[in-house]
Amino acid sequence: MSLWEYANPKKFMQLSAGVLPWVGGLTAVCLIVGLVWGFFLTPDDFRQGSTVKIIFLHVPSAMMAINAWVMMLVASLIWLIRRHHVSALAAKAAAPVGLTFTAIALVTGALWGQPMWGTWWAWDPRLTAFLILALFYLGYIALWQAVEDPDTAADLTAVLCMVGSVFAVLSRYAVKFWNQGLHQDSTILKVGEKDPIAPAFYVPLVVCIAGFVLLFVLLVLMRTRTEIRARRLSALLARERLA
Amino acid sequence: MRALLLRDLRLAFRAGGGFGLGLAFFLLVAVLVPLGVGPEPATLAKIAPGILWVGALLACLLSLDRIFALDFEDGSLDLLATSPIPLEGVVAVKAFAHWLVTGLPLTLVAPVLGVLLNLPGPGYLWLVASLAAGTPALSVIGAFGAALTVGIKRGGLLLSLLVLPLYVPTLIFGAEVVKRGAAGAEVSVPLLLLAGITAGALALLPFAAAAAIRVNLR
Repeated sequence: MSLWEYANPKKFMQLSAGVLPWVGGLTAVCLIVGLVWGFFLTPDDFRQGSTVKIIFLHVPSAMMAINAWVMMLVASLIWLIRRHHVSALAAKAAAPVGLTFTAIALVTGALWGQPMWGTWWAWDPRLTAFLILALFYLGYIALWQAVEDPDTAADLTAVLCMVGSVFAVLSRYAVKFWNQGLHQDSTILKVGEKDPIAPAFYVPLVVCIAGFVLLFVLLVLMRTRTEIRARRLSALLARERLA
Repeated sequence: MRALLLRDLRLAFRAGGGFGLGLAFFLLVAVLVPLGVGPEPATLAKIAPGILWVGALLACLLSLDRIFALDFEDGSLDLLATSPIPLEGVVAVKAFAHWLVTGLPLTLVAPVLGVLLNLPGPGYLWLVASLAAGTPALSVIGAFGAALTVGIKRGGLLLSLLVLPLYVPTLIFGAEVVKRGAAGAEVSVPLLLLAGITAGALALLPFAAAAAIRVNLR
């Protein structure tokens, strides 16, 4: 019994079919509780008014935009090293989800920035790095779609994902060098400070983050299952054509 | 390896090789930008470092798909892959040849275009220095992108989509060197970072590109 057993598509389909309803239910609970609590049951901020509440969408999606790429990197490495097809398909399935999270983070940030900074967009390091991350996602997805043979596509995108990770990190620090920031630093992870965020905001935010993590897992599982089914279907069709 | 380098250079210089195309494109960018933004010397001096770097980068992008595509089509890439030179070496030599026919001429021509864009006096030295340090990275990153897309028909547009985000750090540090140089400020930090990116790309990307070519030749 090891983790790698679930690299078998059949095992993976069985396990994911059993897990999916639970993940779905938990996602719904976390998101509904977190967002309703965050939007309606927290006080308005002293200076930012009710715009502060966009944090409950902005922060979780921004975190997941980066985490999705990390997950793709891990899945690509597993594919390159151990040649498990489920892993390659999971990386493929995660990319559009990650791109969507990136877009949500950018759009909610713009909506918040307009009243607070007085501008929709500023060439701030964080914003710029996110825009570049979106471009990396686009290139990755485009490469998957452009290559016809699925194994070749999986190999090439895995290599691109590895090189892209290095350059995405490089870009992150390069844009920091290039322009001083307007965006505040991350507050959640500030070490040593007592209550960097008021608990009234902190708890629903954590619930929202949990909800977004679960949502990511849910969407990736569903999309991976679809990819596996599509792969089975094309295999069946190919067999029929031979017969 | 030297034979391969000479062959690539000869192919590039002879008719239809596309040598000079990048240079002409670079010249056009330097002519079109003042037409677009207006001829005020102060404005041009301000944007000249960025325009020159973006122009060099796009000119470099123009000829990337030639690095492997023609050899892939006529089968010589298969011969190169089975030759005694490791494929990583082939990639490095081809990237070097690409740099000799695009990056190096761009570097040499850039000061002339700097005059057109009213680049401030102290910037010229740093323009040449930054392009000399940065364009090898553009060629080798581009070779990696070309290796990824070599099996795709009409992959030119996809190649730009893949390569341009990878060019971001090089562009930022390169343009920063020229900007600081033109303003008479200290340039050593961005110049060292730029050289670091080039050195890292030269050391690692031939392996990634060779892996991609092996996949594409399968």
